[in-house]
Amino acid sequence: MLAYIGRRVVYTVPIMLGVSLVCFALVHISPGDPLVSVLPADASEQLRLTMMRLYGFDRSYPEQFGLWLWRAVQGDLGTSIATGRAVATEVLRAAGNTLRLAALATVIGFVFGCLFGFVAGYFRDSWVDKLASLLSVIGVSVPHYWLGMVLVIVFSSQLGWLPATGAGPGGSSSWVWDWEHVSHMVLPAITMSVIPMGIIARTVRALVAEILAQEFVIGLKARGLNEVGVFAHVVKNAAPTALAVMGLQLGYLLGGSILIETVFSWPGTGFLLNAAIFQRDLPLLQGTILVLAMFFVLLNLAVDVVQTMLDPRIERG
Amino acid sequence: MTQLDRRSFLASSAGAAAGVAAGAGLGLSPAAAQAGGVLRIAMTASDIPLTTGQTDQGGEGQRFMGYTVYDSLINWDLSRSDRSSSLTPGLATKWEVDPANTNRWIFTIREGVQFHDGSTFTAEAAVWNFDKLLKEDSPQFDRRQSAQGRSRIPSIAGYRALSPGVLEITTRAPDATLPYQVAWIMFSSPAQWEAMGRNWDAVALRPSGTGPWRLDRFVPRERAELVPFPGYWDKARVPKTSRMVLLPIPEANARVAALRGGQVDWIEAPASDAIASLRQAGFQITANAYPHNWTWHFARNPGSPWNDVRVRRAANLAVDRQGMKQLLADMMIPAEGFLTPGHAWFGNPTFKLRTDVDAAKRLMAEAGFTPQRPLRTKVLIAPSGSGQMQPLPMNELIQQNLADVGFAIEFEVVEWNTLINIWRAGAAHPSSRGASAMNYSYFIQDPFTAFIRHLATELQPPAGTNWGLYSDPDMDRLFQDLRTAFDPAALDRAMQRIHEKYVDEALFLMVTHDVGARAMHRRVQGFVQAQNWFQDFSPITIAG
Repeated sequence: MLAYIGRRVVYTVPIMLGVSLVCFALVHISPGDPLVSVLPADASEQLRLTMMRLYGFDRSYPEQFGLWLWRAVQGDLGTSIATGRAVATEVLRAAGNTLRLAALATVIGFVFGCLFGFVAGYFRDSWVDKLASLLSVIGVSVPHYWLGMVLVIVFSSQLGWLPATGAGPGGSSSWVWDWEHVSHMVLPAITMSVIPMGIIARTVRALVAEILAQEFVIGLKARGLNEVGVFAHVVKNAAPTALAVMGLQLGYLLGGSILIETVFSWPGTGFLLNAAIFQRDLPLLQGTILVLAMFFVLLNLAVDVVQTMLDPRIERG
Repeated sequence: MTQLDRRSFLASSAGAAAGVAAGAGLGLSPAAAQAGGVLRIAMTASDIPLTTGQTDQGGEGQRFMGYTVYDSLINWDLSRSDRSSSLTPGLATKWEVDPANTNRWIFTIREGVQFHDGSTFTAEAAVWNFDKLLKEDSPQFDRRQSAQGRSRIPSIAGYRALSPGVLEITTRAPDATLPYQVAWIMFSSPAQWEAMGRNWDAVALRPSGTGPWRLDRFVPRERAELVPFPGYWDKARVPKTSRMVLLPIPEANARVAALRGGQVDWIEAPASDAIASLRQAGFQITANAYPHNWTWHFARNPGSPWNDVRVRRAANLAVDRQGMKQLLADMMIPAEGFLTPGHAWFGNPTFKLRTDVDAAKRLMAEAGFTPQRPLRTKVLIAPSGSGQMQPLPMNELIQQNLADVGFAIEFEVVEWNTLINIWRAGAAHPSSRGASAMNYSYFIQDPFTAFIRHLATELQPPAGTNWGLYSDPDMDRLFQDLRTAFDPAALDRAMQRIHEKYVDEALFLMVTHDVGARAMHRRVQGFVQAQNWFQDFSPITIAG
């Protein structure tokens, strides 16, 4: 097991290096001016060139990449051009906010996704299956920014039950787990959960149907195991795949949703990315993408390890 | 360590709980829950503007974090809504040019002005602030503030304190527009910079200016809370509310939802399709003319079709501005010139902007074009952008209008920041992709931003932003007259003559002016929407 984990960790190094190169290149080849956030629109070309020098953008791309990577491996992701604040601090604060939101969205998505999936798979072709499948298809298909706006119109503007924007009274820096704050998470978390819920439900439904058709299930029934016992075996067999899918979905959610976080002004990584893109804040953009990519890589690693623990056949494969 | 006994602990806890309970509904820290009312504003910016002095985020940054926390030597008078704003004494009580040497200006510093940290504003502090922006080897040089401020004061060649109360500024050449340039510059406290370890990032969290508001709380990207500065030198402008909370909510529908849901009292730039329903729901909608215009900037390099004045006039006569007003739910002022109608510098142009399709067709025919044999040309536009209003439907309307009189316009659509770079590079640069015009909206508040930067020969790229490479010795002479018009009345007249030439020669496609729409709750009272990019929040009160 340890050798397998060690091997997986070693594999992540070239992946991380590739990710850092790709994210640097993507950010730099896209059109626009990295100083757009610090220069007034009517600044002259001469002033722009002066500022390029002051910010070090007059250096060659390999030189800039080398410097950035060298600092990044030491934990220094640079300084935001637009704000002058350390990128690492900005990203970690935003990631904490997104993590909070993603965790709630994951719980909602996983619980309801599994529920719909197991029910639909277990009662295949019944009306329950059709209803659960319909809900999961809606979850996958509905544009979530649209859903977010509809939820805001209904629950904030019309009914006034839940706040429409922000991360609670006083902002995210004074977060506490009380209803005053949690109420700000409800609408964005529900909006965020619909896609993973749909994906998990569809995956689990197919898995359950496949497992139920296997011979060992017939064997279990033949040995007199009751429905609950059979169901437990089905769940255990479906768990590794469901977990892997959930892990991937959590990775996506941790990336924050630019659209959802913008609609709800939730100060997470999506909101940060949106600001960085529109301000052409290259250090912030690079740093945020890198951290999110690292999250994703590490999350995949963790899922692989947990899957192996649940199903030793994977290690042997 | 101080010992806290049980009784005082209970008393302070009860007080804190009461404060939290009162403030919780407003999303405020306990200190905010006090008399005077709290004004919560949703800005369109995606971040809190730079707090250290010279703000970023354009006009909005200066509006909320510039003229609130800071002052300039010369401020804008924002007390009237019924006329265009003029300059008024700020940290300087008087400024005058030396008659013997018109490159030399003397500013008399206002006595007894204190920064929020208690230190005193002097001419030396002013020099320190100019160094902050212009002198790269000074310890306080801040590249972020420099990027914002340097381009605002192109005429300044030198400055020195003659005494604590007298500041001398010298210019590269005689320039009567200097006071308008200086009005951009915000003055931060040298003492606070020292106290914060000479670190601008630390100052950003606890800045100190001389303005009527003091920054009390700052959560990057989420909120800034300003409180009145009781020691403000202009007692009439000490804020009447107890706190102003600024929230960055860049998405227009999210701002509307926040207003409807009671999370904020005031939103900037509501979505135009939400205005009618907001009004119906009892919210106030305020709007007024302000120095903004929405134009097509014509290229004037050799080969440009816009070098023919008949073509320029025809385009201006073809635009259906009333139709556009309907398109924008009345949230615009149809252009009568480059400046807003009734502006003090409007003058009396002879070419009247109106919709006259027949006259436009005649002019185009004289120039050799008809709807059947149209003038084909390309125009650069962006699908969105600061101040660009609703560029896609607006440009499409103009495209149709112009097609009726003999133009075949092809749009080259680029992203907004790309358009800015093209604008800086000039019409002859390959990045302009052969376009002969560009849709651009302008901040036109002072002589330089309103006129000089667009058409002065010396400001052709890369030296400036004369994108169209326009060059006319007569116009340059008018600019020179303006720069030497040291008497305010003479300056006004010089500005009028320039504006008359802008309109009479149809130097731009002059389409519309934005009206700075804002939506606010009925309890917000006392707001006077000045005809300016900046606004005064001091007189506002919140009704019970």
